[in-house]
Amino acid sequence: MTIDSQNLYRAETGPLVEQSEPLLSVENLNVEFVTSRGTLRAVEGVSYKVWPGEIVALVGESGCGKSVSSLAIMGLLPKPAGRVTAGRILFEGQNLLDLSDAQMREHRGRDVSMIFQEPMTSLNPVLTIGVQIMEPLLTHLNMTVQEARGRALELLRLVGITDPERRLNQYPHQFSGGMRQRVMIAIGLSCNPKLIIADEPTTALDVTIQAQILELMRDLSRQLNIALIIITHNLGIVARYADRVNVMYAGRQIEQARAGALFGRPLHPYTLSLLSSVPRLDQRRDHKLATIEGSPPNLLDPPLGCRFAPRCPFRIQQCNEEPPLVEVEPGCRSACWRSRELLRGDLALKPQPAIPDHDAAEEVDVAPHIVVRNLHKHFKVSSGGFLRSATSLVRAVDGVSFEIGPGETLGLVGESGCGKSTVGRILLGLEEPTEGDILFNGAPLPLGSRRSARDARRAIQVIFQDPYASLNPRMTIGQIIAEPLLVYRLEPNRAAAAARVTELLRHVGLFDYMSERYPHELSGGQRQRAGIARALAMQPDVIVCDEPVSALDVSIQGQIINLLEDLQQRLGLTYLFVAHDLAVVRHISTRVAVMYLGRIVEVAKRDELYANPQHPYTRALLDAAPIPDPAIEKSRKPRALTGELPSPLNQVPGCVFHTRCPLASAACREVVPELRELSPGHRAACIKV
Amino acid sequence: MADISSPTTKVVDAPRRQRGQIMLFVTTQPMGSAGLIVIMIMMIAGIFAESVAPHDPVTMNYMAMLAPPTLEHPFGTDAYGRDVLSRIIYGARTALVIGLVSSFLGSSVGALIGVASAYFGGKTDMAIQRLIDILLSFPIIILAMVMVAILGRNLWLGIDINLVLAIAIPIIPKVARVTRSAALSIRELPYIDAARTAGFSHARIVLRHMLPNVMAPYLILLTAFIAQAILLEASLSFLGLGVTEPTPAWGLMLSGNNADFYREAPWLVLFPGLAISLAVFAFNLFGDSLRDFLDPKFKA
Repeated sequence: MTIDSQNLYRAETGPLVEQSEPLLSVENLNVEFVTSRGTLRAVEGVSYKVWPGEIVALVGESGCGKSVSSLAIMGLLPKPAGRVTAGRILFEGQNLLDLSDAQMREHRGRDVSMIFQEPMTSLNPVLTIGVQIMEPLLTHLNMTVQEARGRALELLRLVGITDPERRLNQYPHQFSGGMRQRVMIAIGLSCNPKLIIADEPTTALDVTIQAQILELMRDLSRQLNIALIIITHNLGIVARYADRVNVMYAGRQIEQARAGALFGRPLHPYTLSLLSSVPRLDQRRDHKLATIEGSPPNLLDPPLGCRFAPRCPFRIQQCNEEPPLVEVEPGCRSACWRSRELLRGDLALKPQPAIPDHDAAEEVDVAPHIVVRNLHKHFKVSSGGFLRSATSLVRAVDGVSFEIGPGETLGLVGESGCGKSTVGRILLGLEEPTEGDILFNGAPLPLGSRRSARDARRAIQVIFQDPYASLNPRMTIGQIIAEPLLVYRLEPNRAAAAARVTELLRHVGLFDYMSERYPHELSGGQRQRAGIARALAMQPDVIVCDEPVSALDVSIQGQIINLLEDLQQRLGLTYLFVAHDLAVVRHISTRVAVMYLGRIVEVAKRDELYANPQHPYTRALLDAAPIPDPAIEKSRKPRALTGELPSPLNQVPGCVFHTRCPLASAACREVVPELRELSPGHRAACIKV
Repeated sequence: MADISSPTTKVVDAPRRQRGQIMLFVTTQPMGSAGLIVIMIMMIAGIFAESVAPHDPVTMNYMAMLAPPTLEHPFGTDAYGRDVLSRIIYGARTALVIGLVSSFLGSSVGALIGVASAYFGGKTDMAIQRLIDILLSFPIIILAMVMVAILGRNLWLGIDINLVLAIAIPIIPKVARVTRSAALSIRELPYIDAARTAGFSHARIVLRHMLPNVMAPYLILLTAFIAQAILLEASLSFLGLGVTEPTPAWGLMLSGNNADFYREAPWLVLFPGLAISLAVFAFNLFGDSLRDFLDPKFKA
């Protein structure tokens, strides 16, 4: 970075950065992995600097090298497969790559610490939280047990864990996901590090908890002057928290800018396409999502020249040569030959075709396709006990009613454990409801796994979240799609079935030859398409989409959402769209139902719900979800929702939300609120609205 | 074992796939092919024992009792002057038939029970698992003895079918336990839910969607139990319940009075022991390679 840009940068962030020496300086980092199929160049020529107390984001899709480059900083590359082939990592002027293993261990945990994605598995389940927090203090700072215990208590208080004396002696399983991530942060902070690397720190957490954790990390970073590197794929988080952003694609750094500049005027076509392919919480759905065609290149055999060129809408002859990362305007660098044109605003993405706003058109009263009435699902959970195991009841679904009209998409949103997936599973016949019934086209849907019930349910099919686990790894794509055709004789013979498989593959945007492939030979997005083709093979009326895009990369998400919308229009399908991502739900649904602890708290038409949320929980959810635009993020109020989901084992009397609700009063603890109609089609279950 | 993974609903006819299978196995799995060659040699030796063996395996020769290895008797002779090499060659019959068949039978039935138990869950699982607990509480040799005692002898093509069963049955609960735990995690995977949503029959889900996915532990157990089956057969023979003298059998050659002479005539136990080890090693190599070969992920 030049002197000017440093000054400019300092001017932008104000009092934060006074030092001119960066804390961390990664220079031309190259990392390779030796695999059985050849050498994989995971990271090539990545350079960035981090100043004390600032938050730097590394953004990119899976496999782009963002995690690998940070593992290199920690000296945690898997050996012997991974190795740094070139470059320097200067931490306070010292090259970390020159350190011995012992010196590196000393450095890790004391100067730099790391927070991982999965709070459920990054704590050791057989050691108490106290032991795990005190361990680095005892090894790195040579504290006595007494001192370490005192410091551990102080750290737990710092990360907002109440009753730390008692908590210190508890085991990880006694903590919720959000609490565990707080413990991980406490461990990360224990030795007063100068730098914390957080690798997708909140991806496994719910929106409201995610907001709490990120606020905490930002406050701590400001307060203790700790630099933070956040590795994420979530552009909303970047917009809300990052000072500066590095965008990576296929092992290379393609753009580097201040957050405001990056979101305001991206200088690389990839960033531009990525930003426009994310569904937005704050925008009406009037266009199809922009998509980035194709998928990222295979790094074992990368294309020559610009890695993004094959997918780039602006590619020109010159893109066959590799573009260098150059400064386009002060503080902003881009690796694109046409970045100056992007800067001048000469290049713009093709506008997407508009989708007809069909909720305005379809006010006609049609009989609903699916009616769910007063659905309950209670699970018995045995909680210890030696001879007589005490069982307690988890009310996963507790009196849920809704209707879905033909050709409609009902979005079912809520945090994990709210029962939204259980509702979907009951509809699919995978679980039997404890109480309540489901009408399908006016007739009750038979329950259980008897043959008659199974036949009746063929009209309801499913698309799952995890494209890796939803296809049988021992069958080819063709066999998977053809299986129902042959089992139910939907096609007279094998040749006809094969023809139908080909047709279905084309329907979902796959190629004929893929029918002979095994699932592991396809990318995540392609597998998800194959899963959709399998569902379509049964000629369903209704498809339950259980988080169908949440395991996919941003650029692939858009493709799948558009495909689902296309299929709905072409085949007249009805969707129950279960998801936690409010922005995706806003894009695809006609109506949205919000669930909390087994109950529906609010139902409304899509735009009505987002523009005019009534239930305090809906408001909190919308507030917590970050929007990929720093300008909007700066103007939003601080997030109010505190606390955690109460344990499903303890039944909450009255309104289930009163424990976290900012409006809660004594009355809320007594009355269970019914869903009331506030305006036509808009119902909420709250006595305060 | 191969037919479990071979697709029953093959839409895309791929004779290409089938034709090249053996060549593909040989080229991609050199270690497994080596194991396969050893197994083939043993099988051929067993089948054509009459023409391959230099001596008759039961003819006693009191002139050459406990003779050390010579050109005449490459592996030496035993206490009755019978040629050890010939007995090993003839013994390949019993070893391979009883070892392979009983291990295959026990492992396959065990895998099926384990997977079904995991799939159906609840009370079915409870009942099957308690039954397995009971079977597991008997020492394997006692269980096999009980089986032989109950079933008696039943010779069929020169093989005691009931001996095969007696050895296979103690294998069933062990394999069922292991495959059940593997199947429990598979049952929770979305592709099983997808199959249930599609309304497929229980039999189809168990056989088509779950069994092929426990192939890895199944093949490891299968090859491991071949060795155990050979040794169990030896123990039963020693107790007079299995193959009896003078029938040549590897296990039998390791036990009985041969073991008493191991100081004076180590070849008596050395060579049959080597034969068992070699067979087990060959089966293990072959099993490991077969597991990799049948897993679509390992194919380039």
